[in-house]
Amino acid sequence: MQTVKMVVTGPFSSGKTEFIKSISEIEVVSTERGISKASKEAEVKDNTTVAMDFGRITVDDDLVLYLFGTPGQRRFDFMWEILAEGMLGFIVMVDSSKPETFREAKNILETFRAYAPTPYVVAANKQDHPDAWDPEDMRIALRLESDVKLLPCVAKERDNVRNVLLELLYTILEEMES
Amino acid sequence: MPLQGNIRDFSTTQLLNLVNLSRRTGMLTIFEGVPTGEKDGNNNPKMAPGAQRAQVAFNKGKLIFASLAGQENGLVAVLNKAGKLTDDQAKVLRERAKNTSDKALALRLIGAKYVSQADVVNCIKQHILDVVYNLMSWDDGPFRFDDEITPSGENILVPIDIEPVIIEGARRVREVKELENVVDDLDASLRFPENPREKFKGIHLSVDEWKVVSYVNPKNTIRMIMRQLNMSDVEIKRVVYGLVQAGLVEIVKKTASKEDAAKNAPASRRQQRKGSKPDAQLVNKLINKLKTL
Repeated sequence: MQTVKMVVTGPFSSGKTEFIKSISEIEVVSTERGISKASKEAEVKDNTTVAMDFGRITVDDDLVLYLFGTPGQRRFDFMWEILAEGMLGFIVMVDSSKPETFREAKNILETFRAYAPTPYVVAANKQDHPDAWDPEDMRIALRLESDVKLLPCVAKERDNVRNVLLELLYTILEEMES
Repeated sequence: MPLQGNIRDFSTTQLLNLVNLSRRTGMLTIFEGVPTGEKDGNNNPKMAPGAQRAQVAFNKGKLIFASLAGQENGLVAVLNKAGKLTDDQAKVLRERAKNTSDKALALRLIGAKYVSQADVVNCIKQHILDVVYNLMSWDDGPFRFDDEITPSGENILVPIDIEPVIIEGARRVREVKELENVVDDLDASLRFPENPREKFKGIHLSVDEWKVVSYVNPKNTIRMIMRQLNMSDVEIKRVVYGLVQAGLVEIVKKTASKEDAAKNAPASRRQQRKGSKPDAQLVNKLINKLKTL
């Protein structure tokens, strides 16, 4: 059986785990741990991914797509390189309502590009949030070239997640053909 | 919905660039930050908008208006600051024309040949630029950009291309950064190089430079000298920068940084990472599967 891997990365609390949960056919194998109440991150959410999230989509008997979500906190970034190895492509999740995380998102994007020259797309997540930035403004803020796909997304919605994955696959195809 | 955030995370320069590229019309307002007690996505103290600090208006991507809170932004103050009106003239005009809009006042002053139309335009333009260059150096404060909001019709609006402003503003910010490249640690101290007397021969120092030189001693940190002389960060850095560049003093750092070595260490491991090379048939299979989900 052949397996292929895609990586979902992005800053802390950008919606990576939610993204994988929305589309995975199995209960996501998550390595979330409770955040210490004394920790600053505990004010944002109760649990965070410490090693990876793991989801699966079976295509047929011969092909399985694995989705790996990276830990968002920098102190777990030793996992990033391991997860990036052999990936088909990657998705950078960005919380559209938190411009303070855009710089971190850009840094993560550049880090993953340095790990492997694979295709990628950027998902402008939480577009249903009242403070969400418009994707075109985010493109300028993130300094993304016009040929990089920046996709509006709500990670809780399966259709949105499917669309992001499809766009990544189309990008992979385009790069293979170019 | 308005664009909002904090210039700590998304600088004024980036905001100007965004407005320029998207050819927006609207009003950028920067506020004093009021701590909410919460943390933002970067674990920095979350700031709610407090008192207004500055407003900058744009029309189709061009700067047209700028004002700073706590500063007189009216035409009289602008012309007075530029030397086009004397203090006495400004005082009289402030009294007599306090209920007159800037536009109406400008027409009267031009009609009375106090100033020319070019004077008014140039002075307003310089005022806008001064405000914008000032706020480009700010590094913290909530902001909000409201689309389609423009200043009241009583203001004189002067369209200014943003690109040169970004370039000049960035140059000024770079100048400060250049100072910081040389004087990056205020807790470092200063010492004289070998043969200082020879180096000081024929050198003319400014008063501030002499003051700093008089405190040069490895026991005195730059911060201590700054406080002793009642100087700002930028002022002391500028003086120390000049003295260092002239070879008159040397900076003594407390400890050598190990960060650079740590940064470079993992690079070699990363060199050979490669993604898998799928074939088109496999990718098409994945696409077809996803379409059915």
